Amino acid sequence: MGVADPQPPLLEVRHLSTHYVTDEGVFRAVDDLSFRVMKGESMGLVGESGCGKTTAMLSLLRLLPAAGRIVSGEVLLEGRDLMALDEAEMRALRWDRLSMIFQGAMNALNPVRSVGDQIGEALVIHGLAPGLGAAAPRVGELLEMVGIPRSREAHFPHQYSGGMRQRAMIAMALACSPQVVIADEPTTALDVMIQAQILELLERLQRELGLAVILVTHDLSVVAELCHSVLVMYGGALAEYSNVDRIFNDPRHPYTRLLLSAFPDLSRPEGKLISIPGHPPRLNDLPPGCRFAPRCPQAFDRCRLESPSPRLVEPGHWVACHLYEEAALDAAG
Amino acid sequence: MRALTRNRLGVVGSVMLALAILTAVMAPWIAPYDPEASTEVSIEDIYARPTAAHWLGTDDGGKDVFSAFIYGSRVSLIVGFAASLISMIIGGIVGLVAGFYGGRLGNLLMRLTDIFLVIPDLPLMIVIVAIVGPSLWNIILVIGLLGWTGTARIVRAQALSLRERQFVTRARAIGAGNLHILRRHILPLVLPLMVANTVLVISLSILSESTLSFLGLGDPTTLSWGGMLNFAFTRGAISAGAWWALVAPGLGIVWVVLSCTLVGNTLEEAFNPRLQSHHLQGEEKMVVRPAQAQAAER
Repeated sequence: MGVADPQPPLLEVRHLSTHYVTDEGVFRAVDDLSFRVMKGESMGLVGESGCGKTTAMLSLLRLLPAAGRIVSGEVLLEGRDLMALDEAEMRALRWDRLSMIFQGAMNALNPVRSVGDQIGEALVIHGLAPGLGAAAPRVGELLEMVGIPRSREAHFPHQYSGGMRQRAMIAMALACSPQVVIADEPTTALDVMIQAQILELLERLQRELGLAVILVTHDLSVVAELCHSVLVMYGGALAEYSNVDRIFNDPRHPYTRLLLSAFPDLSRPEGKLISIPGHPPRLNDLPPGCRFAPRCPQAFDRCRLESPSPRLVEPGHWVACHLYEEAALDAAG
Repeated sequence: MRALTRNRLGVVGSVMLALAILTAVMAPWIAPYDPEASTEVSIEDIYARPTAAHWLGTDDGGKDVFSAFIYGSRVSLIVGFAASLISMIIGGIVGLVAGFYGGRLGNLLMRLTDIFLVIPDLPLMIVIVAIVGPSLWNIILVIGLLGWTGTARIVRAQALSLRERQFVTRARAIGAGNLHILRRHILPLVLPLMVANTVLVISLSILSESTLSFLGLGDPTTLSWGGMLNFAFTRGAISAGAWWALVAPGLGIVWVVLSCTLVGNTLEEAFNPRLQSHHLQGEEKMVVRPAQAQAAER
């Protein structure tokens, strides 16, 4: 689903590049990233910390910090290019069509305003309720949908537990019935039981509401559980992109393979856990060739000179690696 | 508010301030004489010593000092509150805009603030009041228009850090515009700090008003503590040994300024995150003190 679907995608990102311009140079946080998400599909965006996942997602909403620049690319939501919209059109579209569950709910909630008010705020801004008072019934409904009693509406963020805050964030993301929800590491800083609950909730809501979800995470088990397709990012660029079966059962990119072997597998308890030697590249000082070449066990001369671009190795399976150049040619021919 | 009751100095300050406000409001009922009324005086009534009839003696016009003192609190407090309200509004807007929007506009506003900050207030006030004329409202305006720099800097610093918080990004993601974010997310967090700072500005404004009045630049039609000092000083109270004509208004100024400073400091301590200590810093709450930790490591 998704990667190779013939019908038009709900969200299509084409050659998105985002840079941070700072005193220490230009950080190429996202470089030539392309993917598509269908209606009702959930895509996992996987990669190490600092590889540009969150930047890519903030670029979709055009909410980058002051130093961030979207240098090139198109983001098509239902065929409309978000990069071409003016600020007022973009404001009207945010949350209404494309909403986001932020990493760390405590920081994403204003500490001096009640949770109900902050959920109602989205309804008021998008004209779905004339005022915060009138928004209250719908806010109660949203809270109940995520398993929080209506009576907690007037409470403040510090009166909620960590899991409840994250649920409230999910309720907030669903306030305007968006088509695409970006969940940016929705389970970090939560204990395992609560993590499981939150993920179950997300899955249920996605199924019931037919949402398209982009799940940003570095937890591969979460991806295996919830997602239809997976995009593996490394150093700001696409490494491998395919459906979940192929990524887990037939990974092609050396990074994906190493990443999978760095995770415990219950079916092979005797299998050793491997850590990938070296460090992820600094985004202001990228190697000249492939970003993964310095850590790649299969790297050859060309990898250190020339950066590979994503190629189709089989229908619906993109890999950015020089090892698969010929396979790509075959698929194209 | 809990911090206010916890802090004894804050309580003392609030009680002092409440008393001063009560006095100003109830002046016609407290004062035994009407300072505006014309009286017939004989030579013995001028700078007469305190008696049962005149608790604080009489002034150079043979009028009751106590009554003038009670009525004088009104001018001091009106000028103090009105001028600091003006300061708070200007300082708040300048600080919020400079901190939240930043960029060239923010820089421009902060350079303007710097200019106002380095100009010596008193000579400038004297010049302006001398030009526009010493009416009560002119004095309020001059003090208010020159007293906003401290507020602006504090508000800017706070807005600057709030703007980077994630809930502001979230509000933007929701589709909120700048004005909405300023009003709904930044202001509620800046306001307590602004109020605390304003209470401190009140004491400065009262001092400025007293200074101007003492220098003879007060509103001649109203009686203020600074004006009382000016009259007593220029009309021979010192050579007549009439200490009561100087002490009463002087203590009044100290009373109100001290109360505002105490309340303002307490509020600021409660609201300004930089002045707050961490909850683990209190000695009895600290789990491991640095010295102990080091010893344990060895």
